[in-house]
Amino acid sequence: MSGYQTGVLIILCFNIMAAYAVYLPLVAGQLNLGIAGFMAIGAYTAAYLTNEMGWSLVSAIPAGGLAAGGLALLVAVPILRTHGIYLALATFALGQVISAVFLNLEVVGAAAGYPVSTYASPLAVFSVTAAIVLFVVGLSQTRFTLYLTAIKNDRLVADLLGLKVWGLQVAAFTLGAAIAGIGGGLYAHHFSFIEAQHFSVQLSIYTVLYVLLGGTQTVWGPLVGALFFSLVPELLRAGEAWRYVIFAALIVAFMAVRPQGLVTSTALRGIGRLFGRKPAAPGAQP
Amino acid sequence: MSAILSVSDLTVAYGGVTALDGVSLSVEEGEIVTVLGANGAGKTTLLLGIMGAVPAMRGRIQFRDADLSRARPHTRLAKGLVLVPEGRQVLVSLTVEENLLLGAHLRRDRQAVRSEIAAIYERFPNLGQRRHTAAATLSGGEQQMVAIGRAMVARPQVLMLDEPSLGLSPLFVSKVFDLIQEMNRSGLTIVLVEQNTGKALSVAHSATVLELGKVAVAGPCDALRNDHRLLEAYLGGSAESSGDPQPMRVGSQ
Repeated sequence: MSGYQTGVLIILCFNIMAAYAVYLPLVAGQLNLGIAGFMAIGAYTAAYLTNEMGWSLVSAIPAGGLAAGGLALLVAVPILRTHGIYLALATFALGQVISAVFLNLEVVGAAAGYPVSTYASPLAVFSVTAAIVLFVVGLSQTRFTLYLTAIKNDRLVADLLGLKVWGLQVAAFTLGAAIAGIGGGLYAHHFSFIEAQHFSVQLSIYTVLYVLLGGTQTVWGPLVGALFFSLVPELLRAGEAWRYVIFAALIVAFMAVRPQGLVTSTALRGIGRLFGRKPAAPGAQP
Repeated sequence: MSAILSVSDLTVAYGGVTALDGVSLSVEEGEIVTVLGANGAGKTTLLLGIMGAVPAMRGRIQFRDADLSRARPHTRLAKGLVLVPEGRQVLVSLTVEENLLLGAHLRRDRQAVRSEIAAIYERFPNLGQRRHTAAATLSGGEQQMVAIGRAMVARPQVLMLDEPSLGLSPLFVSKVFDLIQEMNRSGLTIVLVEQNTGKALSVAHSATVLELGKVAVAGPCDALRNDHRLLEAYLGGSAESSGDPQPMRVGSQ
């Protein structure tokens, strides 16, 4: 594998991790527009632990995930009181605040950025990404994801069905943030350098964009969205400067034709039938 | 005969506007109680208040020996209070089966849940055939059947139905009312909110009429059915105009 190919795959991995961080709360209908902030928490926490405290990667990166998840749990109380566009704005603002704090935090280099001495190999990035994908796919087969989907469908009905709506939403938000934190920690150690400006609004918005493009109905949507977003710009390289224009036009076209995203549950069932599989649900059709 | 559910002085306000003002309701075990009233009278709020899905300012909800006034909805559900909400009650992006399973999510006896769901499919073959399709693709009547089925697998002791016949074809309206009577005959206590006054009075044992958040009239149905002036005043029409009055069944245990 050439260095270029590895480089593209690495970017793809970080995009996939970010995608699932956004996806989990989105299953319950919560749009987290501040995902870059949670990545920053994970990145700076893990980098500080390996640089200054002598921790190993194996403990520092999960610690970064825990820190991001912990912060999500703390802010969940005020933030998840808001819904819809207000929740999006609140998370957006939170992402900005986090980024601004790191921009001014001297102990991790402030605006000059923070070099990270321990290195995470491409293999480490690939393995962790695979583990996260497996985790979220596994989670999608559980009642937890079913409950989240019920909340997204109708909060009131979910409440009447006796679901602990608040607790489930906090759990989804926190888990998503923890995944973002793990992704951030790996990012810091793979590229050996982080700066607050990287964890920008643009990163948060792009991530949401490709999750929506992939579709949120099934667990495969974010994966396809991340693939599309990571690979298509590379394939369009021949178009040089125009590639961004073509890419943007493609996104607009996709959103117009398939607002529900590229991967839908109906489409997946169709593919399943094509290969002669029975529906995955227990007690398959007669 | 003792009340299985008794609501007293329930008061609910939405942002300063009082939707329910000191409403009391007593439901005897094994009966059908219908709650009638014009749009905005507070019928839906009463049911949501009984479930604890809207915060009550005042009032008491007593279910058998338990005071549930401060209980969360899932606690009330676990006790046996189950509400089939108004309008699009099913979770449209989930399949029929997922909707039904959600109704039973507090139960641990999975085998029994499976066989109860199988019984629902037997009773409504259309649902069985489409168990793995999104509930959105069902007709309004079929969705209502899913919503009622979902409530039944929660093993209700008091089943509350919020306008179950709303927007359904005449065929499904009859099916829904048949089902209500059938469930009641097997011993289930039912609270029925309806716009279809005639139909509701014909199946219920007692009725409560709400007006602007207060109880206007309450009493046994046979008395109310014959009180034309009252029905016209509160419900804008006589009972006979919209239903087929049948002799009162003396069925309360």
